[in-house]
Amino acid sequence: MCLAIPGQVVELVDHGGHIAKVDVVGVRRNVNVGLLADEDGGVRLGDWVLIHVGFAISRIDEDEARATRELLEQMGQEYEQELEELKASVIE
Amino acid sequence: MRFVDEFRDAELGRAVAAEILSLIEPGRHYKLMEVCGGHTHSIYKYGVDDLLPANVELVHGPGCPVCVIPMGRVDDGIALARTDGVIFTCFGDMMRVPGSEGSLLEAKAAGADVRMVYSPLDALRIAKQNPDREVVFFAIGFETTAPSTALTLKRARAEGVTNFSCMCNHVTIVPPVRALLESPDLRLDGFIGPGHVSTIVGGRPFEFIPADYGKPLVIAGFEPLDILQAIAMILRQLEAGRCGVENQYTRVVPYEGNLRALEVMAEVFELRPHFEWRGLGFISHSGLQLSEAYADLDAERRFQVPGVRVADPKACQCGEVLKGVIKPWECKVFGTACTPERPIGTCMVSSEGACAAYYNFGRFAREREVV
Ligand code: SF4
Repeated sequence: MCLAIPGQVVELVDHGGHIAKVDVVGVRRNVNVGLLADEDGGVRLGDWVLIHVGFAISRIDEDEARATRELLEQMGQEYEQELEELKASVIE
Repeated sequence: MRFVDEFRDAELGRAVAAEILSLIEPGRHYKLMEVCGGHTHSIYKYGVDDLLPANVELVHGPGCPVCVIPMGRVDDGIALARTDGVIFTCFGDMMRVPGSEGSLLEAKAAGADVRMVYSPLDALRIAKQNPDREVVFFAIGFETTAPSTALTLKRARAEGVTNFSCMCNHVTIVPPVRALLESPDLRLDGFIGPGHVSTIVGGRPFEFIPADYGKPLVIAGFEPLDILQAIAMILRQLEAGRCGVENQYTRVVPYEGNLRALEVMAEVFELRPHFEWRGLGFISHSGLQLSEAYADLDAERRFQVPGVRVADPKACQCGEVLKGVIKPWECKVFGTACTPERPIGTCMVSSEGACAAYYNFGRFAREREVV
């Protein structure tokens, strides 16, 4: 549960509820982006974010996203577990 | 330097390792604590300490959210999970944490409706789908996770979901660090500060460490190169006779933290007078509970919670591991009676736990050369 995984915002689902759809290595799920709402007008399409327990906790650039993903991929099992859990998540 | 080749920038890795060598005073022993379990995991996984001279010792700190949950809270959670009509939800890691009579996973096998969720928002969705049941979310984690619980509770309130409540076990990072600094068991020279927690709280809450205790803290990212750079930054401060809070992880952590997250936390939570930590005992003002404004969503007020206090098992030395007093392999039951498959203590449960990290990657970096 301690991981923060990078994902790219592919759809702004609900502005008021701060829900956005992110793509994490092909898995597309809704997450809450309310914690980034105050930063320069909130998240935009194409932004990269770090996701922790269904919430975007920080905005990052693409290089950082790539490097973080490589680091997580090397972790193996825990990252896969995290992705499985993300897949099972249905945030509305 | 066999592992440097795997770094994002191997050349820089070599340069930093060489800088570290040049910064240490011969004959002096440096003890640096990495506060966060994510760092512990990276250190063992990549053999970061193999790149350090033997007189630079890394000790593991208390920053693993699963590791610090005391038995009594697990037992309370199980009692709640067994309550008629309750659907009990928690993160996957939490399900294997041993209580005094087994884990939540075992309670589930025995018939309690315990469900693993990825996000507190999944728990809220389960509540909306099951209006005739009471859904309890067992919240754990440091400041990285607490804002997510806070926003979920705000949403439950806004949407008028009345069958949802939270058993709050959130903890804050500063009090255990202060307790360690006050403890006579341990003499530390500096701290590697937590990366994700700092995304939320920023650098300021750690300023008391240099101000009151004269030790440097450097907030670090999770790549092996990040950790190595943070160590170099700490050693640079020590060599120059300075101490302060510095940020190696500026690509992710703003020094002022995430103000929105701090605001929602302040609205939804308040500090408990004291909270029990596995192995560390009661620490004042170290845990969060729901504020008066959110009292109706507090599972501990909505249900009878036994409020049990259970001493840690005798064989278990998690407290010493969490304080950095002993290394995982020095615990008497490490790898024998206590394994990730059958954990006795919490540090063996989550991959951020020092014992599990060491068990999984166990590199013996104990026979390094002293400079
Ligand atoms: S080996 Fe097990 S009991 Fe011993 S400190 Fe580690 S987790 Fe705790």
